[in-house]
Amino acid sequence: MSFLLVQALSGLATAATLFLVSSGLTIVFGVTRIVNFAHGSFYMLGAYLGWSLIERFGTTPAGFWGSVAAAALGAGALGAAMEAGLLRRLYRSPELFQLLGTFGVVLVLQDVTSWIWGAEDLLGRRAPGLKGSVDILGQPFPLYDLMLIGLGPLVLGMLWLLFNRTRWGTLVRAATQDRGMTAALGVDPARLFTGVLFLGSALAGLGGALQVPREAVNLHMDMAIVVEAFVVVVVGGMGSLTGAFLASLLIGQLQAFGILIFPQITLVLVFLFMAVVLVLRPHGLMGRAEEIPPTTAASLAPPLSAGAGVGLWAALLLAGLALAPLAAGDYALIVLTEMIILALMAASLHLLIGLGGLVSFGHAAWFGLGAYGAALLVKHLGAPMPLALAAAPLVAGVGALVAGWFCVRRSGLYFAMLTLAFAQIVWSVTFQWYGFTGGDNGIVGVWPPPWAAGKAVYYWLTLALCAGALALLRRAAFAPFGYALRAGRDSALRAESVGIDVRRHQWFAFALAGSAAGLAGGLYAFSKGSVFPTLMAVPASVDALVMVLMGGLQTVSGPLAGAAAFHLLEAEVMRVTDWWRLALGLVIVALVLLFPKGIVGFLADLRRRG
Amino acid sequence: MMNRRQTLSLLGAAALAAPLAAAVPALAQTAPAQTGPIRVGEINSYTGLPAFTIPYRQGWQLAVEQVNAKGGLLGGRKLEVISRDDAGKPDDAVRVAQELLSNEKVELLAGTYFSHIGLAVADFAARNKIPFVAAEPLTDAITWSKGNRYTFRLRPSTYMQASMLVEEAAKLPAKRWATVSPNYEYGQSAVTWFKQLLKEKRPDVEFVAEQWPAQGKLEAGPTVQALAASSPDAIFNVTFGADLAKLVREGEGRGLFKNRSVVSLLTGEPEYLDPMKDEAPEGWIVTGYPQEQIDTPEHKAFRDAYTARFKEAPRQGSVVGYATLTAIAAAVEKAGSTDPEKLVEALSGLSISSPFGPVVFRASDHQATMGAYVGTTTVKDGRGAMKDWRYADGAAYLPSDEAVRALRPAN
Repeated sequence: MSFLLVQALSGLATAATLFLVSSGLTIVFGVTRIVNFAHGSFYMLGAYLGWSLIERFGTTPAGFWGSVAAAALGAGALGAAMEAGLLRRLYRSPELFQLLGTFGVVLVLQDVTSWIWGAEDLLGRRAPGLKGSVDILGQPFPLYDLMLIGLGPLVLGMLWLLFNRTRWGTLVRAATQDRGMTAALGVDPARLFTGVLFLGSALAGLGGALQVPREAVNLHMDMAIVVEAFVVVVVGGMGSLTGAFLASLLIGQLQAFGILIFPQITLVLVFLFMAVVLVLRPHGLMGRAEEIPPTTAASLAPPLSAGAGVGLWAALLLAGLALAPLAAGDYALIVLTEMIILALMAASLHLLIGLGGLVSFGHAAWFGLGAYGAALLVKHLGAPMPLALAAAPLVAGVGALVAGWFCVRRSGLYFAMLTLAFAQIVWSVTFQWYGFTGGDNGIVGVWPPPWAAGKAVYYWLTLALCAGALALLRRAAFAPFGYALRAGRDSALRAESVGIDVRRHQWFAFALAGSAAGLAGGLYAFSKGSVFPTLMAVPASVDALVMVLMGGLQTVSGPLAGAAAFHLLEAEVMRVTDWWRLALGLVIVALVLLFPKGIVGFLADLRRRG
Repeated sequence: MMNRRQTLSLLGAAALAAPLAAAVPALAQTAPAQTGPIRVGEINSYTGLPAFTIPYRQGWQLAVEQVNAKGGLLGGRKLEVISRDDAGKPDDAVRVAQELLSNEKVELLAGTYFSHIGLAVADFAARNKIPFVAAEPLTDAITWSKGNRYTFRLRPSTYMQASMLVEEAAKLPAKRWATVSPNYEYGQSAVTWFKQLLKEKRPDVEFVAEQWPAQGKLEAGPTVQALAASSPDAIFNVTFGADLAKLVREGEGRGLFKNRSVVSLLTGEPEYLDPMKDEAPEGWIVTGYPQEQIDTPEHKAFRDAYTARFKEAPRQGSVVGYATLTAIAAAVEKAGSTDPEKLVEALSGLSISSPFGPVVFRASDHQATMGAYVGTTTVKDGRGAMKDWRYADGAAYLPSDEAVRALRPAN
């Protein structure tokens, strides 16, 4: 009995940190509608700042708590700086573009942190006065954790007072409900947003600094927390502080007791929970229905148009690419092969985002399922490559059909996080099913047969299959199916009223995109000779998203250019310097600032003006 | 109007892709075959795990400098290492390997830290018939179930390190064991071997609890509490890095380690022990590297040279990096050429002098006999250290040649 009580208390201490970080995220999202990937980076920076200050001043309680507060303020100031320097310039861009900008910031901050504080994990001082433990029913329990448990509700209470009892808080709530109307009433949104980013980032920084006495500060903290914070925000209902609090409590308890019953569930537990909550409750535990889905594509000009001359130019491009093996060496051909495969992957994601208005955070799952489908056929059944390649889109398509049925019943960020949940479930099954998938050690020896082993032959094969698939995707975009999909994106209500079954169209689009990504995955497997769960992990999904956004949403060719540019950048910069994340992040930030409509969108604008 | 815009977009895509791609081969350098330097392609997770891979890089840099100061290889050819980051992803590692092979014309591949990346590069090496000396990956598969003719591995494998610890664990009176281990292949196989080998020596032990935290995401409080609830006599720990620090802090705070033996993999390595400073655990039985206390002539020479060159003490990774390139240099000399088949022949059964003493790359499974130091942790002068240690020679902890032949696929 006493054990269960202490276990519950441990869960509460976990929940407190989770709540601090996710409350910041939910406030920022509620007001600015920015999917802030950099939130985890502010958490990490808070921890590092906190560590430095606590090492110097943390010997006394006053010094310790002063250091924690200063670290939180420091993280807040950085968040405000990001708003003023970067995000403010992007409020007129499509909303997702800010996501791309914050992703650039993540990369930059990773390298900057490593440069300032070094690579080694930093174990900080314990909190003076809170070093020991107390006995609770005969079980020792750390005092510091007890303090954290109290801090969670305290912060919730203070935030409640801030939002309900101050003028600034009232304005923030007003902006959360209707940004346009608040601005029309004379509230300067820019200043409000800067303040909100400050508050949100300071909360993340506070969460980070409070971790110093509990764990070694390290360079992986940002990624470890940000996904979980998103889960909390979505489970709680976006923009809802009490929801975030409740969700943190539930997740903390689930983790504390889940590992007692099934210790191996650690990889997937929070995502399973999120999937269940989202399937049952469309807006999380405490969220309200949105009048406007938060992620509608901002489409001023008619996006996507089927031009008559496109076929000719596509044929020319194809011919140029087909001739590449005459000039390019082995390595260049491999990079080109990968670029073409990723272009198909990005184009399939663009079908969802650009046409359907459905932002997927888990698209790599289908890429990975395709790759694994092919590799497993080769490994277990000795299937020849053509059969394995044919199976790749089928396996991925079936997977996407199943997941899609659930996902398309949600919209906006709820949809995005549900796709992430499915991707994580697929990933963790692959990761842990050693007997069948080889687990995290993957499957090796998936090479093409002798006739396709030459780099040029495999390149041509990839080019032919991807070009075919891209042509099909393009055909779908301009077929009645594509128009119906776009109608659903621009106004689901009106589309429904003219008789379009929006959900069904979205569902099929999801499956189509999934199987196209699956084909890309199958081709990728044979080009690498091996498959690993990393192919379907979160970073792979984020990369796909970045490719689509870099190219720009408004054109069919955008994702192709984005995939090509991103892959080439990553591959080439990585060759040259260890600071490639910094370089890549700066390039992304610069791109976002210079071309707020993506590369192809920018070129199109230029052309229109000239 | 519309047409032109579309056209332009597509052209834009092409314009971006084509010249950049064309530039790739242009960047390539071609090395003259017979007189130029002997080029080794080196791949590791430099950005993903800098704390471990940077000492490793310094180690191989030292080896390369020493080889070249002595006049190089094969009658005056310099040894050159082309090093690349793999971004922590196996597919990137395979691409980088291709780049090193096609553009940089390297004669051998070396490196890698993560097991899955090591396996991907090993498979690439077999496919392209180029020797690969895997430096740090620990998975047994790389030399056994997925072993191949072209791949050799330096560090003692999970199996070897687990059996070193079992030897000590069997001497403990403990009967009830709990395990805590990161939730991936390395942790899985460490626990599996530990259980199996310990039960062989001590049929009376039982395993009463296991915890499998996600790597890097250990929920310290609940995990510690769950372990304590099973009231084990001893704990086998496989977590490392940030997870280990959390486990130690929370475990001390909740009295988990009071009156319990702990046997812990890799914890004695400076990479993991140093960050914990004076909070390093006391009395754990570990594998590791007590670098400041090893005074054999070969280790002293290495430590002095390393400290003079980099102004810091060597770590486990430094030894691995140094020994990897030492082995490659020795293999090239033994082969008398850079022909890949001859290099493979030379590496099979190659014996070198490492900072840990003599090391042989076994011909049967291509596993080096490099060992590890087994001892007990303690805190000395405000930092973690090892005491009562001994060197466990890897050769003593490997299955026989016949036994591993059955484990390896036929070439």
